[in-house]
Amino acid sequence: MRRLAILVLALCFVSASAAATPEDRLSTVFEAIEANKLDVALKRVDALIGDYPNFRLAHLVRGDLLLARARPLQTFGNVVKTVPQERVDGLREEALARLRAARQRPGEDRLPRYVLQLNPEQKHALVVDSRRSRLYVYANDGGKPKLIADYYVTLGKNGIDKTREGDQKTPVGVYHVTANLPRKKLTDFYGAGAFPINYPNEWDRRQGRNGHGIWLHGVPSDVYSRPPRASDGCIVLANPDLESLGQRLQIGLTPVIIADEIEWTDRAALESERAGLAAALEQWRADWQSRDTERYLAHYSQRFASQGQDYAAWAAHKRKVNAAKAWIKVGLGRVTMLRYPHERDVVVVTFEQDYRSNGLSNVMKKRQYWVKEGARWKIVYEGAA
Amino acid sequence: MLNSNAPRDRPRGAVILLCALAFFLGAPARADEVQEAQKLLKAGQSQQALERVNRALAANPKDPQARFLKGLIFTEQGKQTEAIEIFTKLTQDYPNLPEPYNNLAVIYASQGQYDKARAALEQSIRTHPSYATAYENLGDVYAKLASQAYGKALQLDASNTGAQNKLSLVRELVREPGIKPAAVAAAATPKEAPKEPAKPPVVAQKSPEKPAAAEKPAADARAEVLKTVNAWAQAWSKKDADAYLAHYAKDFKTPGGEARADWEKGRRSRIGAPKSISVGVESAKVTMRSPQQASVSFRQTYRSDKLSTKSRKTLELVKADGRWFIKEEKAGK
Repeated sequence: MRRLAILVLALCFVSASAAATPEDRLSTVFEAIEANKLDVALKRVDALIGDYPNFRLAHLVRGDLLLARARPLQTFGNVVKTVPQERVDGLREEALARLRAARQRPGEDRLPRYVLQLNPEQKHALVVDSRRSRLYVYANDGGKPKLIADYYVTLGKNGIDKTREGDQKTPVGVYHVTANLPRKKLTDFYGAGAFPINYPNEWDRRQGRNGHGIWLHGVPSDVYSRPPRASDGCIVLANPDLESLGQRLQIGLTPVIIADEIEWTDRAALESERAGLAAALEQWRADWQSRDTERYLAHYSQRFASQGQDYAAWAAHKRKVNAAKAWIKVGLGRVTMLRYPHERDVVVVTFEQDYRSNGLSNVMKKRQYWVKEGARWKIVYEGAA
Repeated sequence: MLNSNAPRDRPRGAVILLCALAFFLGAPARADEVQEAQKLLKAGQSQQALERVNRALAANPKDPQARFLKGLIFTEQGKQTEAIEIFTKLTQDYPNLPEPYNNLAVIYASQGQYDKARAALEQSIRTHPSYATAYENLGDVYAKLASQAYGKALQLDASNTGAQNKLSLVRELVREPGIKPAAVAAAATPKEAPKEPAKPPVVAQKSPEKPAAAEKPAADARAEVLKTVNAWAQAWSKKDADAYLAHYAKDFKTPGGEARADWEKGRRSRIGAPKSISVGVESAKVTMRSPQQASVSFRQTYRSDKLSTKSRKTLELVKADGRWFIKEEKAGK
């Protein structure tokens, strides 16, 4: 009986240590260093390198631990000055990013301001913090986000706010994954696979941004990870991380929100914002259905633009169409509401629209961009999604 | 942690101590033979040294001193496989002698096998926790391993990532278990012993590893050369003729082409005559002709109670057995 208990305990321990990610293990190496147990730290990093021989940052830490036995260290990554400093700097930044993320994981009631509402089909949403080089995975817990995983990521060499093709920056905005490119269709450079996102989206085009080919992807087989700023704009994850993330992604559905520095909020504030916007959306639906076209058009901003139509053209068209209707019924379903990072109150709303009227009925997936003008939410873009 | 093995080893150590004492007390003639071989090796006559050692071993095949010296001779001759075999066998027969571990490590390190070198040095320190040479060597091996790790971290040729270090070979098996090191030290280096009595009796010598020697920064070699010249001037100033003459190479080119003995005699009388001498070396310029050859030009200020001169002087130095010696002395530029 007692032997069994010990066995169970041992198994628990084995499975717990097997579940530890390389990053967690690196973190325990630093813990040992801080506790001045350098022998323990060296053993841990040796074991880590044994399992992940391409983890360059672990080699750097190992180098320091060995050198510390020979002479006092001057700095982290104590290599001689003749080596290309940008390579050392890249690893130092990776170490900082990984440590900071591991030690400053957001608490239970700290949520990104962006994920206002997920529809029931969306199982997850991804939120990237560029300053932290971190990707957070939120599960859809009854429409509300819940943090379940986070990963170190590499972003564009020149940072964020992509505007031009070839600027080697990562875009900031609200996107979703559009395809799954399996490993066998790609070169080794992309590692375990790739998931393109829909940059440039409607909002980017409206701002005149261009470029293409922003993907989530893995790393070449000769590395475990890459420095924080190294890609041409893509979001790059370690191959094991990409594999586990990939299992959660739904093509065309999973949102990818990229922020410079995530704006955090609490659950109550998030819910109040969500409710305010949901009410505006419901009013828009009801006013459309009422065939009171002026009330309906009052939901649109003067800055509205869509498919070459400005507000005046859009209003004229809607007045003409609605006047011909004896009745209209509008149903909305599967509503997603995602706030745009670093914009003043811009929310991307996506839903399934069930439109019926005398003469025309259709069901479509629609996307609107709502902005707050004064105290009121208004639509600046509307189109098929 | 490193100390933990020491108490356990003691009983076995005591047995070896008895055996070792028996060797020393019972066979003085053989000990002389080993000493003779040691001298030959020091003089660079490794083949003659090997013959002597083999003679000693024929009489007493187990003798650790002779086996150790044979390992050293093979190391200096570049016969690493043979040397490794001898030192390994010594670590098996005398597991608490630190020197064979140390020298094994030096050979492993010269082959780039730093993990093996590290293991051997850690073993060496385990046997003698206060063994300074092994500590120094281990530090260098750690630095080397660190440099390899940095190389992997940064995807560089490892030689770019850290300072180059050379490991010290231990030349003499001075720590027979239990024997006070000083007892053997007296025989080891009679010339240096009085000068630096505080120095550990282990005479560390530069590794024979050729590539490492070439990689050693020239700046270090320059400093060594300059140190030698200053020591030479100091010996002269102290009127210490023995120390002064010890700076001259065996094949020193005497100024007038006279016999070495005559020249030495002349120098001794010159150095002995004044009551006081003061020799200064100013604005010295060292030129490395090769890693083993250097030329130093300087302004020599000579002052004695009889004479005071300033002159330009150039010394040509050569390196032998890890030390610099004056091969030629020229007045003027």
